[in-house]
Amino acid sequence: MHLGNYLGLVHSSEQQLVDAFKQVAEHHGDEPDIYQTCMLLSSWSQEHVKALKPFVDRYSEEKNDEPERLSQSLFEEPRSGSLALLRDLHDLWLITNEVHLCWVVILQAARALRDVELENLCQRLDNQTHRQQAWLLTRIKQAAPQTLVVAA
Amino acid sequence: MHETRDSIAEIWGERTPYVGEWPIRVDERTLEEPDQWVQSACVLCSNGCGMDIGVKDGVIVGVRGRAIDPVNHGRLGPKGLHAWIANRSQERLTQPLIRRNGRLEVASWDEAMNLIVQRSQEICARYTSGAIGFYTSGQLFLEEYYTLGVIGKAGLGTPHMDGNTRLCTATSAAALKSTFGSDGQPGAYTDLDTTDAILHVGHNTASQHTVLWMRILDRRRGPNSPKLIVIDPRETATAKEADVHLALKIGTNIPVLNGLLNLIIEAGQIDRNYIEAHTVGFEVLKNTVSHWTPERVEQVANVPAAKLRAAAEILGTANTLVSTALQGVYQSMQATAAACQVNNLHLIRGLIGRPGCGIYQMNGQPTAQNTRECGADGDLPAFRNWDNPEHVAELAKLWNVDVNIIPHWSPPTHAMQIFRYCEQGSIKLLWISATNPAVSMPELTRIRQILQKDDLFVVIQDAFMTETTELADVVLPAAIWGEKTGCYTNVDRTVHISHKAIEPPGGARSDFDIFVDYARRMDFRAKDDAPLIKWNTPEQAFEAWKECTRGRPCDYTGLSYEKLSRGGGIQWPCNEQFPDGTPHLYPDGQFNTSYDYCETYGHDLDTGAATTPEEYRANAPKGKAFLRAADYLPPHEQPDQEYPLWLTTGRLVYHFHTRTKTGRSPALHEAAPDAFVQISVQDAKQYGITEGEMVEVISRRGRVVEKAIVGEIEPGVVFIPFHYGYWDKPERSRAANELTITEWDPVSKQPHFKYAAVRIRKAALVINQIADAIGQDADTVTTVLKP
Ligand code: SF4
Repeated sequence: MHLGNYLGLVHSSEQQLVDAFKQVAEHHGDEPDIYQTCMLLSSWSQEHVKALKPFVDRYSEEKNDEPERLSQSLFEEPRSGSLALLRDLHDLWLITNEVHLCWVVILQAARALRDVELENLCQRLDNQTHRQQAWLLTRIKQAAPQTLVVAA
Repeated sequence: MHETRDSIAEIWGERTPYVGEWPIRVDERTLEEPDQWVQSACVLCSNGCGMDIGVKDGVIVGVRGRAIDPVNHGRLGPKGLHAWIANRSQERLTQPLIRRNGRLEVASWDEAMNLIVQRSQEICARYTSGAIGFYTSGQLFLEEYYTLGVIGKAGLGTPHMDGNTRLCTATSAAALKSTFGSDGQPGAYTDLDTTDAILHVGHNTASQHTVLWMRILDRRRGPNSPKLIVIDPRETATAKEADVHLALKIGTNIPVLNGLLNLIIEAGQIDRNYIEAHTVGFEVLKNTVSHWTPERVEQVANVPAAKLRAAAEILGTANTLVSTALQGVYQSMQATAAACQVNNLHLIRGLIGRPGCGIYQMNGQPTAQNTRECGADGDLPAFRNWDNPEHVAELAKLWNVDVNIIPHWSPPTHAMQIFRYCEQGSIKLLWISATNPAVSMPELTRIRQILQKDDLFVVIQDAFMTETTELADVVLPAAIWGEKTGCYTNVDRTVHISHKAIEPPGGARSDFDIFVDYARRMDFRAKDDAPLIKWNTPEQAFEAWKECTRGRPCDYTGLSYEKLSRGGGIQWPCNEQFPDGTPHLYPDGQFNTSYDYCETYGHDLDTGAATTPEEYRANAPKGKAFLRAADYLPPHEQPDQEYPLWLTTGRLVYHFHTRTKTGRSPALHEAAPDAFVQISVQDAKQYGITEGEMVEVISRRGRVVEKAIVGEIEPGVVFIPFHYGYWDKPERSRAANELTITEWDPVSKQPHFKYAAVRIRKAALVINQIADAIGQDADTVTTVLKP
């Protein structure tokens, strides 16, 4: 059974999100809404990591380093400025999509296993992942025209 | 001089107790016997009291309340009775000014307007119109906002237009939209004449809306006195009158409101049929508030459980209820979320859409409602939805422009973001009308730096030199209330006309004329090559605006200058179906939430993430109201060891905004001449501060020195009124907003003026120390402590 592999993947992806949201918050501290919201969304992922723990134990996590590789290429250097902000939000959105896809995959497995607890968890956490994505998309759409067309 | 009452000493005047019809009492104050009375309405708060302007020999000599007006039945408060004197101030601006070699110098209108046009064209050519932003007001007239809105959206095509209404009333609009699908206050002031109970949340009515408070006091002194509940951290005059005062901790509106909802739901004091038939989201709401037991509320918000229960008992059993919310909600953490809980209270009890039941997500400024309606803030005109292509197409058709010129690819830019773009340099021209951000915005050091940037061209139209005009590149002298004709709408949707009573001083021109002139010089055209702005007079603009509102919630099509000039104000919607206006919205529980009609598809209350059109359509509420739930999020800045106290800011009864007008009335000025810091008895003792002593208040962003007032505030909290800047007292750092935080509500984008962590110390200590060190006397040192 490879469920442990996927739980490992989502577990470390969420951990990546905890750090990445914080990093973006700090790099763009001059944007008050970015700072506050990214810190909030980081705390959501932190809760996810905690909530996942019992399931990771139950299905014995297989170590998976894929998301780390992804993140490393995304956040190499601290960046600031409006284009950098857009790029950072863009990268965050990619990681949240990774997480979302994990929930889709694990939810299917949970159903096949009749693990109602895991099923409920997937739905609850995926809902929050969706809220993270929705905010990123909203903010990206707001920033894009000014950044790409008007800013020098 | 003739004065029916001394409104400075007796703010609310004598009681006229009643139930049913509120008795008439005409308040009047004139310096000379007028030879003519001209119909108008007060523009000093959102109450919108009907008033007549007394004129003699072309000069305003006084005012009186209009007895037939439904809003005030003749009454006026201290600001209304006194502030008109500013019109004739010697300090009025009468000629345009242009900055040359670093100094503002007198110029002609042609020179000033040509310069603005030249800069606009250069900037558009080089950077697109996305490099031009507008920051307007809550004090202009409807015709002016609409003209500005069309110029911005269909002339230039810039998404960057907002009002200072972002600071005072954005949450009102956001909460109404979130719950009911569109802006628009559901009730009428006549609800107060019969209601069983009144709830004020973060609203110091006695001070902010004095004439509304007179009505409430008159009911309270009459038969069947309505119960009064006040939620406010300060022991204000409003709170002192209350049957139950919940003196909550700063930033805990959500715990307290959730706690009240929980008790009411638990007690089964809800209207299940109404909830079922007319709302969505009850289960989630019930589940969210269920965690807020009175004991937990007490722990988090410092409100005794017994008091919460007493309040819930009143709110849960009243057959009719009027609720209001204002800055204590709007300018604090979770602003929109908390304001929505007030809406929820009425919805779950079915207390809406009928006499005696009103919700007032209050407005701050007098014409803020029109800023919102006309598209001069971050909305499209007539409550259209920028995310709905049909709505955008309607506007394009109405204005006869290509749909793509109207910026609708993302939400219109809110004020805080406009200033951020200025700071970053992508906005190069900022045009400010009738407001004073250098005193009213948060974190003033930052705002001053932005306005002084070399690569930002700042245009300002105002009646006086202000802290902001000092930093401008072009200053245009504006005609104000009494010197121009136009309409405006108060918080209960009552539309008033205000006729021109006198000529403006010198070369001052109305904001309307300035905007039309700009449009002509920029040569904005429609598709058929006709001018985009097809009107030259306010009345023509009003007629155009009527067309824009046809079929929308704020339908003005049944109104006209002639009809509005006949008597009292009239509540929109006013159209063929409702020729006399409409006291209550939603009488049948049908809300403006259908996909095609709504003003917004909604937002996540915690993050501000927009609901997509597809998601909204999938959940189609089809005319049901949204019960929006929210759990508690603590304020972002909390007192700590370094900054151990909460600062909260607010207003005083005698002043309006940054006192540009009220500060020039000797009576109002003397009644409240200077800023102060209010501290609790306990804190005063701890810091060894006595009444009247100078105190230094410091936050992470700035410092001020204020005189101490001791008492009537919770320990751990200090209060400073925000009205005071530097135009009449440049020598002391005293503007409350030196200290406040740059951050805002995720949905309404209204800044959080109601909390900041600060520390205090006796200024004398510091000043004397410095004086000693530099060998000067203390007064000289105080002068050095400028912002
Ligand atoms: S209550 Fe408001 S509108 Fe009425 S007189 Fe006072 S300031 Fe003017």
